[in-house]
Amino acid sequence: MSRAAFARNAWLVLAVLAVLFSLQFVLPDYQVLMATRMMLLAVFALGFNALLGYVGLLSLGHALFFACGLYASGLTVYHFGWGLPAAFVFAVGASAVLALLIGAVALRTIRVSFMIVTLMFAQVGALTVLYFAAWTNGQEGLSLPASARVADLGVATLDLTDALTRYNIAYGLLAASLLILLVYLGSARGRIATAVRDNEGRTEMLGFNVFAAKLEMFVLSGAMSGAAGAAYGLLFGYLGATFASFQYSIEPLLFTLLGGAGTLLGPLVGVLFMVGLIDKLSELTTAYLLVIGVVLIVLILWFPKGILGTVRERWLPWLM
Amino acid sequence: MADVTPLLVATGLKRHFGGLRAVDGVDFSLPAGEIRAIIGPNGAGKTTFVSLLSGRLEPSEGRVTFAGEDVTRLPAYRRVQRGIAYTFQITNIYLTKSVADNVRVAVESRARRERGVEFEAATLEALQAVGLEDRAETPAGELAYGHQRLLEVAMGLALRPKLLILDEPTQGLSDAEIRAFIALVRRIAETATVLLIEHNMDVVMALADRITVLARGQVLAEGTPAEIRANSEVQAAYLGTPC
Ligand SMILES: Nc1ncnc2c1ncn2[C@@H]1O[C@H](COP(=O)(O)OP(=O)(O)OP(=O)(O)O)[C@@H](O)[C@H]1O
Ligand SMILES: [Mg+2]
Repeated sequence: MSRAAFARNAWLVLAVLAVLFSLQFVLPDYQVLMATRMMLLAVFALGFNALLGYVGLLSLGHALFFACGLYASGLTVYHFGWGLPAAFVFAVGASAVLALLIGAVALRTIRVSFMIVTLMFAQVGALTVLYFAAWTNGQEGLSLPASARVADLGVATLDLTDALTRYNIAYGLLAASLLILLVYLGSARGRIATAVRDNEGRTEMLGFNVFAAKLEMFVLSGAMSGAAGAAYGLLFGYLGATFASFQYSIEPLLFTLLGGAGTLLGPLVGVLFMVGLIDKLSELTTAYLLVIGVVLIVLILWFPKGILGTVRERWLPWLM
Repeated sequence: MADVTPLLVATGLKRHFGGLRAVDGVDFSLPAGEIRAIIGPNGAGKTTFVSLLSGRLEPSEGRVTFAGEDVTRLPAYRRVQRGIAYTFQITNIYLTKSVADNVRVAVESRARRERGVEFEAATLEALQAVGLEDRAETPAGELAYGHQRLLEVAMGLALRPKLLILDEPTQGLSDAEIRAFIALVRRIAETATVLLIEHNMDVVMALADRITVLARGQVLAEGTPAEIRANSEVQAAYLGTPC
């Protein structure tokens, strides 16, 4: 990618971040809450897209990393009384390590086998949450105590019962994730990642360790998904087994496909549309999961490039 | 000739696919600086043989040494890092990336091993070597077939290899393109050793210092173009008619 194209992408990301920041001054309370959720799910989807969109690996088990972050942070807070910042950092580290271990195994397979292996690992994760019900309280889950509703940063304390505080924390995480991906993809490492995606055999025969490149992205992806899960648990104060379920592996896939796999902002766009849609639908019907399924099928069959993927193809070829 | 260690040596190299002996006990030695052609009928095991050299396939038996080191157990990407570049028999490039970006991936590989690689200069140099500098921003998938082959050679060159393996590079090229290609390989050979699998005997005769003939996975003959031309066994197995 040329410098000019990179600069355009950087400006676009900054503009989107500026808009998101200013939204907190105009949105009504209920929508601030919803936007906070959306931004965290967008971080999850960004992590998922890093893997699908830029090295071409479709994981069906990313709920595992989201749940890993959620439980690693939540349980240390709940059982050991850790401070929230420490719990968050620990959770991101734990998710990265988990991704390293699982990636080292799963990346020995390709295509359908890779999907199945990641799916199996996520099932193991979901069952683990239920098995250790003494710690996790199984399906019912745990609510974090009132003492865990403040984050002590040393220089300041943040009140997590305040909707705007939560909004800005989620915003900060989203901004950090977008900027990390922007820099990574604009660097030589990003070029190698997409080279692996576009043509694995050629890339290996140009002297690159394809396995290591994939594993690196897998770890980045797992850590980002874990960060989203950790923030989700800590900000809303609830840990539940649903977050480890298959549904949470499918959602980031759906967001990513809708917004455009392999586009930097696609996952965010996908979340805005899909979560918005689900929210409207769930007022009307309880069968919104059916809608998710239908949307997924329609996307794959007739709209495989997604929203931003189509925009890139038709109008903005420089989009990252 | 001085007694130097060859750049590449294969000893007792075998590769079996089930019962099929695609490469069946090949001893092969390639001195630095040479242009060596490998010829042989379809299915002789030429691609399989060079895949064993480049590390794309693991041998069933035998050893490969490169620049004095045993590389038999090294994965392909490490051999590339040590200086073995390979162009595929079936053109293999990044179709959606621009021509320049294709070459940049190769330059990046070199930049990871060497200090002070001038990225854009190295990219341009490789493109100029094959005459594709005007097409730098074209998506590689839109190039004509002959140009795609040249792009793949440019990627090999951008690695600055010690050994460049070309698997039937002139297949599908026009006569004019083939003439240009012969000149290109001569220039490449000034700085690298070239191992060339080729069916076009005019190209082989124009370029090769020596020729190795493979048939049914074994070395049938080896020698200068004149020797190979005169070899009756080779004519029977491969050339068909006396030339
Ligand atoms: N991966 C594989 N699995 C099974 N058999 C293979 C494989 N690769 C090659 N073969 C077989 O090994 C033999 C040698 O094939 P190879 O491609 O090396 O021949 P070649 O000399 O390069 O032929 P050509 O001139 O047609 O390119 C053939 O019979 C081929 O069918
Ligand atoms: Mg062949």
